Amino acid sequence: MKKKKLSRQTWTYIVVLIVYAVVEIFEYAGLLSSHLTGLLVPATYYAIVAVGLNICVGILGELSLGHAGFMCVGAFSSSLFSILTENSLPTAIRFPLAMVIGIAVAALFGFLIGIPVLRLNGDYLAIVTLAFGEIIKNILNSLYLGYDSNGLHASFTSQMDLGMEADGTMLMNGPMGISGTPRDANFTVAVVMLLIALFVAQNLINSRDGRAIMSIRDNRIAAESVGINITKYKMLGFVVSAAIAGAAGVLFSHSISTLQAGSQYFGYNISILILVYVVLGGIGNISGSVIAAAVLYLLPELLRALSSYRMLIYSIVLIVVMLFNWAPAARNWRNRVLASIRAKFGKKGAKA
Amino acid sequence: MALLEVDNLSIMFGGLRAVDDFNLRVEKGELYGLIGPNGAGKTTVFNLLTGVYKPNEGVIRLDGVDITGHKTVEINHDGIARTFQNIRLFQDMSVIDNVKVGLQNQYHYSTAASIFHLGSYKKVEKEYDDAAMELLSVFGLENERDYKASNLPYGQQRKLEIARAMATKPKLLLLDEPAAGMNPNETGELMKTIELIRSKFGITILLIEHDMKLVSGICEEVTVLNFGRILKQGKTREVLQDPEVVKAYIGE
Amino acid sequence: MLSFLNYLISGISLGSIYAIIALGYTMVYGIAKMLNFAHGDFIMVGGYAIFTCMITLGMNPFVSILIAMAVCLVIGVTTEKVAYKPLREAGSPLAVLITAIGVSYLLENLALLIFGSNPKSFTSVVSWSGITLAGGQLHIQGVTIVTILVSLAVLVVLQWFVHKTKEGQAMLAVAQDRGAATLMGINVNHTISLTFAIGSALAAIAGALLCSAYPTLTPYTGAMPGIKAFVAAVLGGIGSIPGAMIGGIVLGIIEILARTYISSQLSDAIVFGILVVVLLVKPTGILGKNIQEKV
Repeated sequence: MKKKKLSRQTWTYIVVLIVYAVVEIFEYAGLLSSHLTGLLVPATYYAIVAVGLNICVGILGELSLGHAGFMCVGAFSSSLFSILTENSLPTAIRFPLAMVIGIAVAALFGFLIGIPVLRLNGDYLAIVTLAFGEIIKNILNSLYLGYDSNGLHASFTSQMDLGMEADGTMLMNGPMGISGTPRDANFTVAVVMLLIALFVAQNLINSRDGRAIMSIRDNRIAAESVGINITKYKMLGFVVSAAIAGAAGVLFSHSISTLQAGSQYFGYNISILILVYVVLGGIGNISGSVIAAAVLYLLPELLRALSSYRMLIYSIVLIVVMLFNWAPAARNWRNRVLASIRAKFGKKGAKA
Repeated sequence: MALLEVDNLSIMFGGLRAVDDFNLRVEKGELYGLIGPNGAGKTTVFNLLTGVYKPNEGVIRLDGVDITGHKTVEINHDGIARTFQNIRLFQDMSVIDNVKVGLQNQYHYSTAASIFHLGSYKKVEKEYDDAAMELLSVFGLENERDYKASNLPYGQQRKLEIARAMATKPKLLLLDEPAAGMNPNETGELMKTIELIRSKFGITILLIEHDMKLVSGICEEVTVLNFGRILKQGKTREVLQDPEVVKAYIGE
Repeated sequence: MLSFLNYLISGISLGSIYAIIALGYTMVYGIAKMLNFAHGDFIMVGGYAIFTCMITLGMNPFVSILIAMAVCLVIGVTTEKVAYKPLREAGSPLAVLITAIGVSYLLENLALLIFGSNPKSFTSVVSWSGITLAGGQLHIQGVTIVTILVSLAVLVVLQWFVHKTKEGQAMLAVAQDRGAATLMGINVNHTISLTFAIGSALAAIAGALLCSAYPTLTPYTGAMPGIKAFVAAVLGGIGSIPGAMIGGIVLGIIEILARTYISSQLSDAIVFGILVVVLLVKPTGILGKNIQEKV
């Protein structure tokens, strides 16, 4: 069984690599529209955030509606770093460093937000993570930042209030955000990051720390009774989850020309969108998150021909899939069908 | 010196004294029963011993060390492990992983090794596997190692819960109605398992049970609780024949 | 000082709208134990229903509101029956939550298809221009006064309904223990439907008042007020009717004052910041009760 588990993990990597290779070949052969090519990086970073969020929802068992906030801090911190060092560091050094910084800052925010949030339970935790996500987005959306010979200037009101010298450089321009981040991220880099995210997530599940986190999810009282430090492991799960979301943020900010902390990029609705990926991909099923994110992100985009009907179709599909997957009546029906298939092939199905 | 010494333990819920002036001595290696009618406060005693509740009065000493007021996690580190009346497994984890969680504090590697599977990961995981399999085989669960815990039949779930508690290498094991919901065959098997772990690991066991056959079959001493107070304490056979105890159980 | 008073009053007015939405949220949450993410969108549905009746069809505002309430009620109860009820017994609150998100998308996109993405400019349902006090220095708009009065009326009626009628008592029982309520002969499904009906109808009223005070209507009009109202419900202690009222009004006042005196862009951050602080001090909200898991 150990071997089987390992192979499943390896299979995930292989599938990702095959998809990557096929896409690259198609792109090289000119078979992909520029529209579709433009969707590759976003689809991949949504897959990464979904992996991150699945650690929080599926492994730690806490519902977070604020993961867009972690993406947001990862995006902005790494973007600032890249802009400041664009002329002094070569890309090959700058981008990995930006990645490390984005991840570290997101992890730090995960830690700081985790201190109050992880004391709460269930829906209270969900709404407070949502609140933190919105706070982060709101603050970054109204922050003006610039530097000149006198050093760094910051303001929450306007560019004017920065009081910079004439030769000063604007870094963050309130709702206009950051422009001119070097576009260091491409599909290849995104896939590498996805593989790393998968590696970390699946390793964690099959480890001492991961088991501790899952035991809290399954039964906090029993976990305490066998000496598991609840606070520590809850925090670990939350921080890892935030850090992975931060990595996705770095990819995001390094693949677009203007980074803005608007609702359409980092609002709670994005956190919810990612949650939809996680739930449909299977809670706790890491590779499922990747597939769900990729398919569900690309689906509405590819349905553009249907224009205004596409989101309507998407929402109906979402409801129907949920009912089909979860409603007891639908489950019973499915189990009957599966049982009859099993009976035909004489397999047993009691195993986990 | 007794392994577990409890003196004058009391707890109030609102105005109600759920446990009142509870005293107990459990000797090392002993199998001790805690019995009484429903609502007598037996599980509350367990919750007090494991730090789920803080007592209003009284002292709990384990192996001579005062552990009164310790948190649940610390009490496990102090050397008490327990099972629950309504089984609390890690239901979505595999059988072997349930035991491995219990082994958590004996085999260590760093968080970095957890995330990147570096360094001592492989070696220590092997130790986890071996130790977990050894325990599972004591309970006859080695073939179910990869089953999801919630897919086990009821009797095996009870056994797994004991195995998980044993994995923390406790000095004292608390079993909360281990035979609840079992048929006579399963109960008989459970009695053998309890005897076996006591002789194999030399552990001390305190158990709550309603099944009098089990209690009289394996417990050397019992305490009878009624309305939160001790009704009788002593050798099992003598206590169970005491008219007051019979009355408390069967009524007038 | 007078301008502060003015802002305070508009804060109470906005808060009253939040309160009406929050009342629906808190009842549904308390009784069906589900986070109905689509609740905010019922406001929007109510808004469009009134818009259609009052402006497109030229009907009387009062009749328009009644029709909108009926529309929301039907949609709310249907949603509950079709999308939520089959999942309720599945034991996964997350599944119901995601389905609610699906319903939210569905309503928004239906509105988008029917009414387009261009904002509709809404005419206030209150034609009264309001009162002027302090020698012309303090003007309170009619819609502001009506909003505050309506929310108070809603609170009083709901409190009476929940505590004095048989159906209301059934709601309390279901909220406390669904299993026990069933054993006592309460029709749980019926009670939950009734809760959705009341919550959705309230959302229509909130829609009328919201669009009258902030007269632009888009398919996404309800989303943010819906979230804010949920924050208000949590702030007040979810499941508590007076709590929702208090939470709503506190939130409205903070939002308007923060927008005026601190920063219009940071006002949302401040509102959410207050929620965080309150929950840290009192994890169950202002009037919430603490329930501990039994070992």
